[in-house]
Amino acid sequence: MPETATIEKVAIKMTINGKSYAREIEPRMLLVEFLREECDLTGTHVGCDTTYCGACTILMNGLAVKSCTTFAVQADGSEITTVEGLENDGQLHPIQKAFGDSYGLQCGYCTPGLMLSTWQLLKKNPEPEEKEIRKAIAGNTCRCTGYMNIFKAIQLAGRNMKGA
Amino acid sequence: MYPRSFHYHRAGSLNEAVTMLSQLGDGAKLLAGGQSLIPLLKLRFASPEHLVDLNFIPGTSFFKEDAGTLRLGAMTRHAEIEDSPLARKIPLLHDCAAGIADVQVRNRGTIGGSLAEADPSGDWANALITLDTTVHCLGSKGVRSIALSEFIKDAYTTALAHDELVTEVSVKIPPKGSGGAYLAFKRTAPVYPTASTAVQLTMDGETCKDAAISLGCVGLTSIRATEAESSLRGHRLDDKAIASASEAARVAADPQPDMRGSADYKRALVAALVKKAIGIAVRRARGEQIEGSHLYA
Repeated sequence: MPETATIEKVAIKMTINGKSYAREIEPRMLLVEFLREECDLTGTHVGCDTTYCGACTILMNGLAVKSCTTFAVQADGSEITTVEGLENDGQLHPIQKAFGDSYGLQCGYCTPGLMLSTWQLLKKNPEPEEKEIRKAIAGNTCRCTGYMNIFKAIQLAGRNMKGA
Repeated sequence: MYPRSFHYHRAGSLNEAVTMLSQLGDGAKLLAGGQSLIPLLKLRFASPEHLVDLNFIPGTSFFKEDAGTLRLGAMTRHAEIEDSPLARKIPLLHDCAAGIADVQVRNRGTIGGSLAEADPSGDWANALITLDTTVHCLGSKGVRSIALSEFIKDAYTTALAHDELVTEVSVKIPPKGSGGAYLAFKRTAPVYPTASTAVQLTMDGETCKDAAISLGCVGLTSIRATEAESSLRGHRLDDKAIASASEAARVAADPQPDMRGSADYKRALVAALVKKAIGIAVRRARGEQIEGSHLYA
């Protein structure tokens, strides 16, 4: 078993929320830890840490990914969006606004991940039916809301983004 | 949770990945989508000394039709298969791709990784075994093509040599009059199914000319339900024939009781899934469009 001291660090670069980050990291560092510890972007949460709950969901090259199940080295060269990248100049993104307006959250722990899964869904389909929403957020667990207000928030966000 | 430390090697080509495996020896493992491997590493069920990353090799993700065969690059992600109109040529293939875990996992997980891992609860091996599927491999001794039934040897065990990898999976498009379905029953999206089944039927009018039925998550590898196939082959598919196939599948299943259910429960589940999948397969064989996907508790 290699001792940590003998492991070569790997130099990686990625664009996160439009800003370039370059670091030398241990290969075993998970993307979620990279975002939180190396880049101080703590909006991305660690929930179950077992590829289940989706609290760590981010966008990697426009696709929703569980950042607890991706090594940071695998994201080398990619474009990452975290929840911090949704707002623009202090203006909430329509998805963020709709989650607030529809009471699509309670404790808020799952919300960053849910909003990024929502982003991928609405990009493909701005007017999703409930069945499509269920499938799109099946990898995001919320233990507070019972989901009904989340469905409403996603549909509202879709309408607002289409109108925008 | 952190895995044990490992040395990281980024392969620039498939040949380079094979050379790395040869040189690094038994302590090296391949990293494809990582959706099964990374959780295993984090729980320290596996602690390889070296990981060879396949994600940066160009040209390993593709999905195309070639002379009646669908060809899939080993690094093709489940979501890419789900979203491709080509998957509609074999509805069973689309069922499988669209139902694996959740959106996030499908965006990363790969068909080659799923087959090479040979998890008894994995979806791809159980789905594709009912079709004419070949796994194409590259190793230090050159290339070879292995029928999927020969490729999967046991739970987590394939025919791959240590320094050999999957490059491509090819699936023959079934003839006209053939229809299939893949159904998995899951408690929630991200978990492995409690049980799954793939059914591919070739019909001649009301009579079943050929049948392939396999059962997943209820044995160390997927189980071919040969008795169930015989009870359909050459018969009119009336309620009685379907009931006897479903019963034969129940008997063929060899499930272990675990947190997903007792052995009896899983057998009963298999019987119900096979019955439902036959119904969908028959209608698809007639040319009907049916959206099938995994079932949730």
